[in-house]
Amino acid sequence: MNTSNIAEKEPKTTAKLSSEQTLEIEDNHITVGSCFSDNPKMTMRNVNVFYADKQAIFDVSLDIEKNEVIAMIGPSGCGKSTFLRTLNRMNDTVDGCRMDGDICMDGDDLYAPKLDVVELRARVGMVFQKPNPFPKSIYDNVAYGPKIHGLADSRVDLDEIVENSLRKASLWEEVKERLHQPGTGLSGGQQQRLCIARAIAVSPEVILMDEPCSALDPIATAKIEELIEELSENFTIAIVTHSMQQAARVSHRTAYFHLGKLIEVNPTEQVFTMPQHQLTEAYITGRFG
Amino acid sequence: MNNKSQVLSKIQSSLARRNRAEARFRWYGRMAIFIGLLAVALLFIDIVSKGHGAFRATYIQLDVRYDQALVGIDNLTDAEQLIAGNWQALPKSALRTYFPDVSGRSDKRKLYKLLSNGAGFDLKDRLVADPSLLNRIESVWILADDDIDTYYKSWLDGNPYDARMSDKQVKWIHQLHQEGQIALHFNSNLFTRGDSREPEQAGIRGALMGSFFTLVLTLLLSFPIGVSAAIYLEEFAPKNKWTDFIEVNINNLAAVPSIIFGLLGLAIFINVFHVPRSVPIVGGLVLTLMTLPTIIITSRAAIKSVPPSIREAALGMGASKYQMVLHHVLPLALPGMLTGAIIGMAQALGETAPLLMIGMVAFIVDIPGGFSDPATVLPVQIFLWADSPERAFIEKTSAAIMVLLSFLIIMNTSAVWLRKRLERRW
Repeated sequence: MNTSNIAEKEPKTTAKLSSEQTLEIEDNHITVGSCFSDNPKMTMRNVNVFYADKQAIFDVSLDIEKNEVIAMIGPSGCGKSTFLRTLNRMNDTVDGCRMDGDICMDGDDLYAPKLDVVELRARVGMVFQKPNPFPKSIYDNVAYGPKIHGLADSRVDLDEIVENSLRKASLWEEVKERLHQPGTGLSGGQQQRLCIARAIAVSPEVILMDEPCSALDPIATAKIEELIEELSENFTIAIVTHSMQQAARVSHRTAYFHLGKLIEVNPTEQVFTMPQHQLTEAYITGRFG
Repeated sequence: MNNKSQVLSKIQSSLARRNRAEARFRWYGRMAIFIGLLAVALLFIDIVSKGHGAFRATYIQLDVRYDQALVGIDNLTDAEQLIAGNWQALPKSALRTYFPDVSGRSDKRKLYKLLSNGAGFDLKDRLVADPSLLNRIESVWILADDDIDTYYKSWLDGNPYDARMSDKQVKWIHQLHQEGQIALHFNSNLFTRGDSREPEQAGIRGALMGSFFTLVLTLLLSFPIGVSAAIYLEEFAPKNKWTDFIEVNINNLAAVPSIIFGLLGLAIFINVFHVPRSVPIVGGLVLTLMTLPTIIITSRAAIKSVPPSIREAALGMGASKYQMVLHHVLPLALPGMLTGAIIGMAQALGETAPLLMIGMVAFIVDIPGGFSDPATVLPVQIFLWADSPERAFIEKTSAAIMVLLSFLIIMNTSAVWLRKRLERRW
């Protein structure tokens, strides 16, 4: 959840659009568009998330298809990051946060009492908004996941995993000469690609990206977007983004969130050309947000 | 609404006042720093001016004949004979040889008082170390009595203190001085001996070792306990009324006057668990109680300063909470924790009051060799010496304070150095 972003802008857009009464959401809004899939990787049904007494997510149901890139967009404080973080139970670490509803991956209930979050997070990797490499060497950053999960049988194995992950994250050529220098010494864009390399080193099935480019310049952003496209061949990716252009460029489907409700899910092209819901239209045409 | 020039003139007229306020504030700050430094400087000047003399002691050079018959021994390897021997006869006869015309009981007693009453035993040690000296004559620098030491040093400084000297003693000292037989040498006794009722024989070795054993135990107990408590409270404990309660009480504990910890140690460790009194074990236990809050609070601050993004990164990779703490939080927080531990140890090193309660204020001559030997500690030694009537203890007290302060300065400097050295940027 991005508390800083919540503070930036008043999430209540209804006041601003008071002349257009139709833009208010009904209390029991039903998501429009195609939120279900025949070949789902993850399925979420009737998900509600609360921070203490405040409800952040209202009754969201959505499928994420295998090997698709799904973008989640919406104004600040709409709950898209919170929703993303329920997918690998990162919200468990937030005090007072609780969730109800069903989230399954390949049919396994992610919130089953006997499920170990350690295993879940090895299957669902995450890349955060601010590049957060460990203050260790580049090599150790990438090798950390395989090490703690015991994925490499030998040093040679580990070297191979590190090289492959860095190659997949298009970082290998830039850092192969200085693998043992601190990861924090890289530029912001390189750091973020290092974080992606770190995430894919444990071969997750799904990668969650929480505004991965918001701290980067346009050139670094372009590289990450290119990377996302390549990664989608092997991974299922859910990306939260503030930039509608980014969603349009990288994603196959786009989900539009508003005040904790999932307003519309449709193929990206359709969302940006013929949105079904007036709120989506208002948002993508820049009337608020 | 004002026009542009009016706005500008208003800003300009307020500028001078604002700048003056800032300059004034700077001066307040400088004055505050100056007063602080002045206080420290005065303290150091006072202590050093009083205590520097203690690092040198007055010695008198005499020709000593290690006369077998005089001491009454025939076998240097027989421990009983060594104990029973009349060793004091050696320095006395050496003095009589140097001042042959002194006669009469009272004059002789005054003459003998020129030398420390431990002089005979120092000569015994020399003889035992080199048995070939037996029945031979050696020229030895012998430790002078504390009254002579005080007089000689003050006389050298041009301000003689002769209240405890007889006229004859003063005459003898001047004779020795003219003949180059009396001099100030480095006072190694100060660092090699334990406490003594005789100021010239008193040293801080016993107190230093006592402090060492006490602090080692304090560190061994308080660092692991403090760090574990801090990690549990910061990373694992749920945030609820109980943890709030614990936090408040840890802060309370840090503010409890240290003498209370001494009473607690007396009531619990000594009276209930029957730990022997006056030993470093009980001192270490009491100082552990006293240091724990400091270490817990600084360790928690160090853990809190590790950015949450590192924790998220580790958890997001599938690290368990324990792995997150062990692999990422702990290494990053360790410099802060060590700094806290050193500052806590420096506090414990300077602590006197609680140790008074558990009998570490006893007069102990033997140098402690372990955790269960009766001991005292440096600050308590200072307290004891400051209380002694002999004038020579004034400079001893200041010298002990100088030693204590140097340890504190070293510890605090290393804390700062460690923090700078190990600090990592992210």
